[in-house]
Amino acid sequence: MEVDSMPISLPVQEKASATILCCNCGAPIDGTVAAGALCYDCVKLTVDASEGIQREGVLHTCRDCERWLSPPSQWVTAAMESRGLLALCLRKLRGLNKVRIIDASFLWTEPHSRRIKVKITVQQEAFEGAIIQQTFEVEYVVAFQQCPDCQKSYTANVWRASVQVRQKVPHKRTFLYLEQLMLKHGAHRDAINIKEVHDGIDFFFSQRNHAEKFVDFLNSSVPARVKKSQELISMDIHTSKKSYKFTYSAELVPICRDDLVALPIKLAKSLGNISPVCLCHRIGTSINLIDPNTLQTADVPTPIYWRAPFTNLTDVKDLVEFVVLDIEPLGPTSHNGRFVLAECTVARASDLGVNDKTYFCRTHLGSVLHAGDSVMGYQLTGTNFNNSQLDDIEKSNAYASQIPDVLLVKKHYARKRKPKTRSWRLKRMAKDEGELLPKKADQDRMDADYEMFLRDVEEDPELRQTLALYKAQQRKKQTDEMSMVTTEDSGDEEVPKIDVNDLLDDFDDMDINDQV
Amino acid sequence: MAMRATFENSQEIGVFATLTNSYCLLALGASQSFYSIFEAELADLIPIAQCTIAGTRIVGRLTAGNKNGLLVPTSTTDQELQHLRNTLPESVKIQRIEERLSALGNVICCNDHVALVHPDLERETEEIVADTLGVEVFRQTIASNVLTGSYMALSNQGGLVHPKTSIQDQDELSSLLQVPLVAGSVNRGSSVVGAGMVVNDWMAVTGMDTTATELSVVESVFRLGEGAPPGVDGLDQRMKGNKESIVESFY
Repeated sequence: MEVDSMPISLPVQEKASATILCCNCGAPIDGTVAAGALCYDCVKLTVDASEGIQREGVLHTCRDCERWLSPPSQWVTAAMESRGLLALCLRKLRGLNKVRIIDASFLWTEPHSRRIKVKITVQQEAFEGAIIQQTFEVEYVVAFQQCPDCQKSYTANVWRASVQVRQKVPHKRTFLYLEQLMLKHGAHRDAINIKEVHDGIDFFFSQRNHAEKFVDFLNSSVPARVKKSQELISMDIHTSKKSYKFTYSAELVPICRDDLVALPIKLAKSLGNISPVCLCHRIGTSINLIDPNTLQTADVPTPIYWRAPFTNLTDVKDLVEFVVLDIEPLGPTSHNGRFVLAECTVARASDLGVNDKTYFCRTHLGSVLHAGDSVMGYQLTGTNFNNSQLDDIEKSNAYASQIPDVLLVKKHYARKRKPKTRSWRLKRMAKDEGELLPKKADQDRMDADYEMFLRDVEEDPELRQTLALYKAQQRKKQTDEMSMVTTEDSGDEEVPKIDVNDLLDDFDDMDINDQV
Repeated sequence: MAMRATFENSQEIGVFATLTNSYCLLALGASQSFYSIFEAELADLIPIAQCTIAGTRIVGRLTAGNKNGLLVPTSTTDQELQHLRNTLPESVKIQRIEERLSALGNVICCNDHVALVHPDLERETEEIVADTLGVEVFRQTIASNVLTGSYMALSNQGGLVHPKTSIQDQDELSSLLQVPLVAGSVNRGSSVVGAGMVVNDWMAVTGMDTTATELSVVESVFRLGEGAPPGVDGLDQRMKGNKESIVESFY
């Protein structure tokens, strides 16, 4: 009998019903209910109900994630003195299944002692129906053991599959858009690491399935060409088991929204004989082109594009500001009235007051432009392009005359130099920049890219619908300052505003660095 | 006079011996101390017969008897019967019984006046018991056990019954037997009191495991401390001192 076992006394027998003397101690007891002519105290002295139950145990915990090892291989989260931990402790004890557990509770121990004490009360049938109840303590030693997940996080190169997303353009707008799409759909959830590299982002996954899933997501959201390659890591020649590392290279089409493209003439003919100099107005899973002169649109599916790749003629950084002097809608509309064909006369904003040079052009922006508005566009006259497709077009008899002087792209809203705080914001993904920490110039360029992307989001409701926008958490002080300087806001009144009702409340992920 | 003994490492004295007021049967065996205890106590008083019944040593369980007679099962050989006839006094009637329940010691519990028998015993057997032993026969159970001889030890002074016997059952049996009854155990909690000990009017022998408490119960219910056997006062006094030293050695 252990010192710590505490006998529990049964209800005292009535003296009148005593029929025999206990054969051991001579105490008068009721022979009809006693176990084998022994009194309860003597039974308790001779029988140990906790026999065969361990009094010591070892619990394994992971130092990093503070989870507990639930044998054989599960790791569970359980707070100290919690229900889950008690269940774990009881499961650890061998021999406990032979008795009935009446009660179990934790005894307080100093946390630094790395000991956990549990008080357990058990019942067991001794003999001839006598039930013995006994309380005893079990001491557990808390031992450290690193869990496989933490082992993995501390080991380099544990990924089994990676997806390298690349777009060979000088700006990051497509990736900013892709980042928002991924955040909205949770596509990056399985990634164990995200690394920013030159011209793109690498995503690392612990399983090939996760990478496949991510590639499927890419295919369904952006025009990409995916190549798969695998590297043999190890092979067991006895069982023919091999382990590979998989790498998926996803190259995005280097044509962006608002880019001017010169199509190969053959391709332009096959796309409904569209004018070869046209504007990319949207990027979905295919490239959506529009000819501003006729409002004719065309889709270039990704496989078709990669059959005969072409680069853009010029991109948004070459946009120049024009002022609309006169505009007259011609009638035809497309895209549910979004585009209205119009004839307009524009002059370069920098030419105003210098010379009287005006340009006549057709535009698809008839619904938003009015006389006096500023508009961004490409000026093709007086620009030298180094582009073989454009050279072909200029040589051909049919198309050389169709090259416009000016091609208007989007309405320009006058903003202050320094963007004021927006009432909405986007989430950012936590990325590993790797070795190439951005230089000052790179940082400025990235900020400019991001600002341009935010403006796009602001100006294009169609784009906005695909993203998740959150209410900005502005500090009270800032807003007070803002309200005092109301006069400065007047210049931005034309800028499209986003309705607060369309914004989402941000509850989680407060740690992600929000830069808006 | 209550004593402890062991028969070849077995505590069940009632299996290997039959003790009455006029004779004693002991099993043949290699346990010299077992015989010595009986001989020291009974040599001058009553004959001791070392015998087998049907070639076995479990004489206590196969036979039943009192001072008037002895019942043996039908499997007893003629030679064994002859040996018993030669050893036992003339006044003791020896009767062979043809009975399905051949362990007569288990199914019959008797003193010199009354016998409690197994409820399934044949009527003829019951008559033979009454005639041979000169007793009144009752069919009874002890604490719902049909083996009356196993679960009850009986003398003319008193009786010890199974420890689970209720007060009501004890009262009922006591009124049949006209002797006081007590529930108790022998051999450290064993409930087979009939097979665990033998008793007559002036001595009892129990197993070596019997505790002091159990021995004191046996002595008090069979009145072994006070009542003297017929004609041997001095012997009893001598053994009384001896017994106390045994009891003390147990504490």
